[in-house]
Amino acid sequence: MDPEDVRRTLSRMAREVVERCGGTRSLAFMGIRRRGVELADRLRQAVESEEGVQIPWGILDITLYRDDLQEVGMLPLVGESQLPAGGVDGRVVVLVDDVVHTGRTIRAALNELMDWGRPARILLCALVERQGRELPIQPDIVGQHVELLPGQRVEVLVPEEDGRLAVEITSAGSGFRVSLGGAGG
Amino acid sequence: MTGRGVPSLGKDLVGIEFLSADQIRAILDTAEPFREISERRIKKVPVLRGKTIVNLFLEPSTRTRISFEFAEKRLSADTVNIAAAGSSVQKGETLVDTARNLEAMRIDMVVVRHWASGAARFLAERIASNVINAGDGAHEHPTQALLDMMTLRNHLGDLAGKRVCIVGDILHSRVARSNIWGLLKLGAEVGVCAPRTLLPSGIESLGVQIFPRIEEAIEWAHALNVLRLQLERMEGGFIPSLREYNRFYGVTQARLARAPREVLILHPGPMNRGVEIDSDVADGPHSVILEQVTNGVAVRMAVLYLLAGGVPEGAEAAKRGEGTGG
Repeated sequence: MDPEDVRRTLSRMAREVVERCGGTRSLAFMGIRRRGVELADRLRQAVESEEGVQIPWGILDITLYRDDLQEVGMLPLVGESQLPAGGVDGRVVVLVDDVVHTGRTIRAALNELMDWGRPARILLCALVERQGRELPIQPDIVGQHVELLPGQRVEVLVPEEDGRLAVEITSAGSGFRVSLGGAGG
Repeated sequence: MTGRGVPSLGKDLVGIEFLSADQIRAILDTAEPFREISERRIKKVPVLRGKTIVNLFLEPSTRTRISFEFAEKRLSADTVNIAAAGSSVQKGETLVDTARNLEAMRIDMVVVRHWASGAARFLAERIASNVINAGDGAHEHPTQALLDMMTLRNHLGDLAGKRVCIVGDILHSRVARSNIWGLLKLGAEVGVCAPRTLLPSGIESLGVQIFPRIEEAIEWAHALNVLRLQLERMEGGFIPSLREYNRFYGVTQARLARAPREVLILHPGPMNRGVEIDSDVADGPHSVILEQVTNGVAVRMAVLYLLAGGVPEGAEAAKRGEGTGG
């Protein structure tokens, strides 16, 4: 997906969020560090400009909730989590991540969100959904579903982290990149 | 999520002396996000769930022990406190025997405070659990120095080229030693100010400047770290009287008013108000003494996190090539 594709997909997802929630009442966007943060930002801005409202936002860093800290070789840097203004109690929290794969990141994010308070509802948005779930967790709103061959991985690139906006499939070893084409859905 | 890691601290935190500048920065950087956890409604994250930590405090301590305990609990570890009084230490059990008995009960970490210099290293070399030094004799108190550096950094920015003067009883102070090593590693200039009787001989060789007069120290420094005059160690006649100490070395508002710049005031506590520091300074606008206490919990959380997750070198490398990957 090139930048235009990603933008189109995000604006479609933004409309879907509003449609699903029947408006923007008590909505809050929360991005999962790192790439979910910028995607959540873009989704929120799309909803805000479309609906002419201001929507609270927050950031989740799930490092301390990971289930594999004993197994990863190097300890990941801990980032700061940030509660949306007014907290999450009673809110419809739109949880945003770049790729939903095993579901473990989302499990961690849900646990952290529950420690923050009691959202009325949590909606999961992912720009990319791929197979390989290890937990019974499914996204509510998906940008694009991808099927990968063994050894392939999908990467979401965002300007703040990577300098550009794109979704790409890379093959292990070859370094060969294919840009995902077409408007997703 | 892969690739962005922090340098390992190894098994133990015994002192600042043998840490690299990168390791110190890693601890301080990690401590920043941990501060936010203490502001949450539910002040707890599950990262050390299932770990058992023993706080072995063989010398009196309130602040440090409680700070460690909060840090441990906010990371969801299970903790046990042991003090000298009322334990088998009183019956003559050696430190190593105490620790080995604890290990036989399958603990993961020991936080040790001991009156003897070198006790933490001694223990670290003899048991498999992670050991954290919470102060050993007049040797080191690494987490205190780390929280001091964190507080300084929050106010002064990068410490390279910043001037920090440690005032007071340097001779008996593990806080001073840990601070001197840490600050120098981060590129700060370090001064010490005390009566000659309270300075260890050869302190110059560490690379610090000596200020015989508090007025000169205040004129020079961006920050003063005012140490407690350890009244319990003053039987040796190091100073003529507390009143005289306050007259010549006390950090007072009148002295600070003559400084060419705002001077940040730190104190590791507990304070002797009216001896090493006057009340109006301790409670004044440039005092960051309570911030130090807040930062202390965050820094200890960072150390616990980094040591508990520290995979022994060469052991399990990243098992999953992709991390959690979503």
